[in-house]
Amino acid sequence: MRRKKNENIEQDIELEIGQDVRKILDGESVRDIEEESGPQLYPGMTDAGIGSELDRTRIYGAGPAPGADVRYSSEYDERSDRSRRYGTGYDERDDRSRRYDAGYDERSDRFRRYDAGYDEADGEYGGYEGDHNRKHIDDYGDDYEGEYEDKYVEDEGGELPPPKRKQPRPYLIIAVSFGLLFLFLSAHLIYFNVRMKDEILSSPYNRRQNAQADLVRRGSILSADGATLARTDTYDGTEERVYPYANIFAHAVGFITHGKSGIESFANYELLTSHTNIIDQMINEFRKKKSDGDNVVTTLNAKLQEAAYYALGDYRGAVICMNPKTGAILAMVSKPNFDPNTLAEIWDEMVADSSNSNLVNRATQGLYPPGSTFKIVTALAYYKRHHTFDGFHFNCTGEFTVDDYTVHCYKGTVHGEEDFKSAFAHSCNTAFSRIGLDLGAGNLSGTALSLMFGESLPCELLSSKSRWSLANSPDDVELVQTAFGQGKTLVTPYHMALLVSAIANDGVLMTPHLIDHTESAAGDLVKKTKPSVYRRLVTHDEAEALSSLMQAVVEEGSASELSGRSYRVAGKTGSAEYTKSSGEIGTHSWFVGFTNPGDSEFAIAVIAENGGAGSSTAVPIASEILSQYYGW
Amino acid sequence: MYLLTQISKYLFIVFLVVFSIKDYTYVFRKDEDKKKRILGSQIRILYLTAILGFVLILLNDFSVVNAALFAGILIYFAITLAGYRLLYPKSSMLLINNMLMLLCVGFIVITRLNPSQGIKQFMIAAVGTIAAFLIPVIIRKLKVLKKLTWVYAVVGILALLVVLALARISGGAKLSITVGGITIQFSELVKLTLVFFLAAKLSRDHSARSALIAGAVAAVHVGILVLSTDLGTALVFFVATLVILYVATGNAFYPVVGLGAGAGASVLAYHLFGHVRQRVVAWRDPFSVYDTSGYQIVQGLFAIGAGGWFGTGLYLGRPKTIPVATKDFIFAAICEEFGAVFSIALIFVCMSLYIVIVSISMQIEDRFYRLVAIGLGTEYAFQVFLTVGGVTKFIPMTGITLPLISYGGSSVISTIVMLAIIEGLYILREDEA
Repeated sequence: MRRKKNENIEQDIELEIGQDVRKILDGESVRDIEEESGPQLYPGMTDAGIGSELDRTRIYGAGPAPGADVRYSSEYDERSDRSRRYGTGYDERDDRSRRYDAGYDERSDRFRRYDAGYDEADGEYGGYEGDHNRKHIDDYGDDYEGEYEDKYVEDEGGELPPPKRKQPRPYLIIAVSFGLLFLFLSAHLIYFNVRMKDEILSSPYNRRQNAQADLVRRGSILSADGATLARTDTYDGTEERVYPYANIFAHAVGFITHGKSGIESFANYELLTSHTNIIDQMINEFRKKKSDGDNVVTTLNAKLQEAAYYALGDYRGAVICMNPKTGAILAMVSKPNFDPNTLAEIWDEMVADSSNSNLVNRATQGLYPPGSTFKIVTALAYYKRHHTFDGFHFNCTGEFTVDDYTVHCYKGTVHGEEDFKSAFAHSCNTAFSRIGLDLGAGNLSGTALSLMFGESLPCELLSSKSRWSLANSPDDVELVQTAFGQGKTLVTPYHMALLVSAIANDGVLMTPHLIDHTESAAGDLVKKTKPSVYRRLVTHDEAEALSSLMQAVVEEGSASELSGRSYRVAGKTGSAEYTKSSGEIGTHSWFVGFTNPGDSEFAIAVIAENGGAGSSTAVPIASEILSQYYGW
Repeated sequence: MYLLTQISKYLFIVFLVVFSIKDYTYVFRKDEDKKKRILGSQIRILYLTAILGFVLILLNDFSVVNAALFAGILIYFAITLAGYRLLYPKSSMLLINNMLMLLCVGFIVITRLNPSQGIKQFMIAAVGTIAAFLIPVIIRKLKVLKKLTWVYAVVGILALLVVLALARISGGAKLSITVGGITIQFSELVKLTLVFFLAAKLSRDHSARSALIAGAVAAVHVGILVLSTDLGTALVFFVATLVILYVATGNAFYPVVGLGAGAGASVLAYHLFGHVRQRVVAWRDPFSVYDTSGYQIVQGLFAIGAGGWFGTGLYLGRPKTIPVATKDFIFAAICEEFGAVFSIALIFVCMSLYIVIVSISMQIEDRFYRLVAIGLGTEYAFQVFLTVGGVTKFIPMTGITLPLISYGGSSVISTIVMLAIIEGLYILREDEA
């Protein structure tokens, strides 16, 4: 832009050169730019040699032209100023010629210089970025005018105007830019304290959190329905952490003896941060009295948790309930467990007991073969390939042989002639072996990986990744085993809960979370968790197709116990075989599902270790939980 | 005592905030009497801050040495203030006030963290300041300073080659040499020589050719430092060079192209050098490299966060958990125990110091010295930006100290000398007028 402008000016000059240099410089171009009248710039000018293209020395009167000397020999202070300034042997004229030796384009240079307001007194350019903007030029025009007119008047012997102190532009620009840098620093520090601080400080690496405990009394953990799950009682100055529900919330709420776990661990910072009135905090600080930490209100529903806890009965295993629309975790039970109130005393025993692993949260960390619940994934792979379940027919004879390996339907059932929906509803292993073989490892792997197998799950608690190993070119036996949920695949109950939640929520997985909000001890809201989308796992069509398969499981298949209620249920049972440490074959009982397809507010995953067929154990457990939940 | 600490933390904030506000009101006061009154009240605040700080230090960590240090600091302030008043009545007292205030904060924080370092820091600062009284005389007498153009360049590059050799030998860990218990950091010396070189070269001749030569020599300096893994100093030199080029030529072309080239070079350095990449990773997600290069910055952030707005109060935080808390990360230690409000006021004091230097530079008629002043001032300001920005995770950490506040003999001496030179130039200007 500027370049172009300069070219134009150069052209103008070239046109007029040889006619009247003075006219160009004073009458036309310069005045044009400067908006300054008065052709009589310098006395020497009139004598300017027209032959020389642009005789700089004359223009500035620094050369041999008459008038130049007049200017410099004046009595004006500025002169002595300048000579002192250049007194170190610096010669302005030399400087200028050297500058031009360096290969400046004289004409464009001069114009640029004029535009930017050449500040001769300082022997400096006022700044080159003059953009030919009219206003800008005017600004500097003033300077220019002052400088030269004053001098001219003075040469004539006129009165001396007070010399103007100039603020050279580079200084201003530099001072302003560095000033801005410092302001950015300050703003960043403010931003840090307002926005980033909590996130940084809540890092588990932060050893200062515990120092915070000297200043703040740990806040309570509350359930969504108002029950206290953990609180700090103070007796004669000693604090005690109390868990009124004892074992029921053991893994979800966690503990603070021997390290921290559960909500106690990941909400540690919130619990040890006080948002009571800042004046009160200051006063407390002065009185060396602890401020009350914030209370953490979880998404857990105490009644539902109790229902799930008792429904699971004496089985080892886990139950997870979620709200698919928000990602709120409503209940999370893991058995066997521990009483956090007495954990300090029984710690060594707990750690030593590796056969029970009471401290492991089976809901998020337990890895189980998925059994027939995995047929959801295989069905999805089939749908992704064929875009419909119609047109599939299979005749189940109760067994299916690949290489030397024979697949049996559970308990040797023969399902006979079936379509996709009935094969799914009755959990026909032979049909799904056929499907898996047809799909191939690539399709199945692609689908599984898209559903977070082998991937870290979004989870606030410690969680395991589900294991997926089919990707490494399997043989057909492994392929069919994987397709109906045996093979090497291992999943966490939490992962299955997320999968069915996404299907229930039109394919979109909401970010699962355990904390609804934190509030100050006085009950003022501090921070609310806004439901957010984690990721779309399946498309709308896929979600609907899977949902209808899962409804068939309840309506006509292995989970029919859940049909005919005031709410509709969709789900999938699983009977996952595993080898016990004794070498016997055992069966884990699974049920995963959700209620009211299309507008679901409840998803559930149940696993009862060694519970037998899904329909015989996990389904009744889910049934009990659902009855309780919808019975209120 | 707990109560005293709590009260004192608010007092520190009030002191420094008032001090920094006075820095800025000073500029707007025309009346000499009022200006004098502002300077007077700043000096009172300076003494109060030192007294409050050291009373707390003595209450928490009493030792004869600390008590002596306390007395020494008060005497040092008195001598410095009186010295400039008497010897150089025309000096800029605002500059001196700011310098002493920053030193004072440094003394308190360093002594709280490591009393023996506090003593060392104080002695070096005192010796440096006394020696610096001679600098205005030297400037006035030694006209030859302007003519040593290439001497500066050669000395500077040689000193940096020593740094490079040290870096190579120690695998980038050590950039200084210890002689008789005194650690010499050559890059601090080169801060002066580079600016003197650029000023000498460009004051005589600011043609494009000359600018190119000056830029090339500066680029050699920067290049050696990047190879020595001293990225912070490299950046300081780079920015100072651009500013001097800009002021000398008045041509915005140089800083714009320079910044462009600098950005290109940074990208290149990122891909070429592991140590550059490491810093960027540690900046973007320090937690991901918590066990290695992210550890320092994370500890620093914990400290800043723990301090909050008003700080924990002196001796009530845990700044000792920050690695090199008295040097590169001293700002985090200050944030923890003095709080964000105090720290922001501190940034404003640093900014005021720079503004004073720029305005001094503007008033100097001699081209060489005005370039020296703006160059040295810019080095100071940019160093503050790099270290504060790095510690607060605003920009990647470049491993550079906070001038006048951080512990480190060479750094304190060079900054005091730097300010003495600027002060000397200012006095010289007053002589001229």
